[in-house]
Amino acid sequence: MGAPSDKPNTGGLPVPVTPAGASSGAPAEHPPASPAGRGMFGIHGTGDVSGFGGLVRQRQPVEETPRPYGGYFDEVRDALEEAYPAFGDAIEKVVVDRGELTLHVRPERIAEVCQVLRDDLALRFELCSSVSGVDYLGADERRLHVVYQLTSMTYRRRVRLEAAVSAEAPHLPSVTGVYPTADWQEREAYDMFGVVFDGHPNLTRILMPDDWEGHPQRKDYPLGGVPVEYKGAEIPPPDRRRSYQ
Amino acid sequence: MTTSNYATERETTEGRVFTVTGGDWDQIVSGTDPINDERIVVNMGPQHPSTHGVLRLVLELEGETVREARSVIGYLHTGIEKNLEYRNWVQGSTFVTRMDYLAPLFNETAYSLAVEKLLGITDDITERATTIRVLMMELNRISSHLVWVATTAMELGAINMMLYGFREREYILDIFESITGLRMNHAYVRPGGVAQDVPDEAIVKIHKFLKMLPKRLKEYEDLLSGQPIWTERTKNVAVLDATGCLALGVTGPVLRSAGLAWDLRKTMPYCGYETYEFDVPTHPDGDVWGRYLVRLAEIRESLKLVEQALDRLKPGPVMVADKKIAWPAQLAIGVDGMGNSLEHVAKIMGQSMESLIHHFKLVTEGFRVPPGQVYVGIESPRGELGVHAVSDGGTRPYRVHYREPSFVNLQALPAMAEGGLIADVIAGGASLDPVMGGCDR
Repeated sequence: MGAPSDKPNTGGLPVPVTPAGASSGAPAEHPPASPAGRGMFGIHGTGDVSGFGGLVRQRQPVEETPRPYGGYFDEVRDALEEAYPAFGDAIEKVVVDRGELTLHVRPERIAEVCQVLRDDLALRFELCSSVSGVDYLGADERRLHVVYQLTSMTYRRRVRLEAAVSAEAPHLPSVTGVYPTADWQEREAYDMFGVVFDGHPNLTRILMPDDWEGHPQRKDYPLGGVPVEYKGAEIPPPDRRRSYQ
Repeated sequence: MTTSNYATERETTEGRVFTVTGGDWDQIVSGTDPINDERIVVNMGPQHPSTHGVLRLVLELEGETVREARSVIGYLHTGIEKNLEYRNWVQGSTFVTRMDYLAPLFNETAYSLAVEKLLGITDDITERATTIRVLMMELNRISSHLVWVATTAMELGAINMMLYGFREREYILDIFESITGLRMNHAYVRPGGVAQDVPDEAIVKIHKFLKMLPKRLKEYEDLLSGQPIWTERTKNVAVLDATGCLALGVTGPVLRSAGLAWDLRKTMPYCGYETYEFDVPTHPDGDVWGRYLVRLAEIRESLKLVEQALDRLKPGPVMVADKKIAWPAQLAIGVDGMGNSLEHVAKIMGQSMESLIHHFKLVTEGFRVPPGQVYVGIESPRGELGVHAVSDGGTRPYRVHYREPSFVNLQALPAMAEGGLIADVIAGGASLDPVMGGCDR
């Protein structure tokens, strides 16, 4: 910013001045879109005087919950352990948080686990409510998590299965053989996250156009957008703005 | 020389004479039915008045019979889930309300319940706020079902029903407008409670509506239920039994029309639904007719629920007491519409610098939500509306996924349509009640 004497005399009217950092090394020019957990903090040379520069929030790893879990969660685990001999190999960890049970499943075992959960008389998770993805970029080596919400109508219970795959080898078996309703939902997860469900009858894009490139819900997918100039200052597109983390 | 398929012929002095005798009909038609050998592919939509928005159906037809049906969706995809990740938690309400535009209050409530569960404040939501949510949701269910009757009747040929249905819905939208300020896209239910209290004039309007609707419903039933065209077009049409529904994940009125009384308000209650008295209507046949009866019965149950909610509406706060979550603004109607109340503006601008800072921080930065993930399912007019919300501990959602009943239920369309007539594709598709805004998000 220039000193007052540098300003041209405009008869007392304020002259729009580009703030320092708005154009040089500004967020808009910074290539990485928003590596998860970093946001705009940690970007240098922006003239950011908020004191947050370089701040990176640490994410706590998800830890196995010790038994007893309480509620029906112990029963579900015991029933699954009894009905499924490969339990120890297939279930990576069991997490109980906020009154919800999450079984972290090895991806290659997901269809088997679903089959047992659906068919065993003590489990009976007849309905697959939801299949979706979450991209834990930067927090997990296997960053793409596929999340299954199963509902037992007989026992009125819910359980969540989570299978993590890496972006380099995003393959896991499709559960459409067990739950036909997973058809479109797996297509959506493929469309949005690029997770490939092996054995899916028709794994094509569903929400985005067929010729779309990239998988928009991934955290490193650039949002696009152009910086907007307003009264001399440049406002970067949404994913490149300074943000609270 | 060709032989006639229809009759033997002989020449006489008066000319050619045909002797008509009985014959094997199959033999007669076998040579003259080119239609069976020909399949044509028809694109129905994405711009078609009977597909409820921009749904495209690719139908392979043999004559009038549908051999294969495929639905193509995505034309209304607006990336709401992705957008949510770039706004703070409260701003999320404004986005999710635009998904299923016929049931905006369900989207908001499901989202708010999920955020509250992440925050661990589910038990702190005030009773009045919860009651208002129930009241609004049930009114919304009525308006959504009214639109369903209206559009479906129109697609099957009853234009007058369309006008009546939309007329009654407009009355509900008026009620919504006097409560939330908007007919649609309310952003009224917020994490922590609701945006503002219900004004007395709205209560009066709701009472009037409760008196008026049962009579009108009776009229609609008189209009449709005994109508031969309506019954012909709906009975035994687009049948899907409970097994098919479960395999395809179909929930809501369609599942209940197949005889399974699965209603999350009863089976996995939320918002205190377990303390209300209402029934879950079902029908054994699993056809369009059953779905029509179930939806009409559900309107009546919702009327009961609205009445009970009105009785319970005791004065009290409509937002959680925690000032780190509740927005400080008190809204009021001014000359230029709804906005911050003058008292609040006077306080933050003239009296309390702390309040100003607090307001500013909460509105620009928002509150932080402890890391973790939750799944909340509620019973929307179309079935299970689920929200899977993930927080990384920041002021914005890390990921929000909507399990949209329209999206999941639409998968059942081929199962209903294949083997039936093309006209029944319309009836079957309409009976699923898909809303493409919700389906494509």
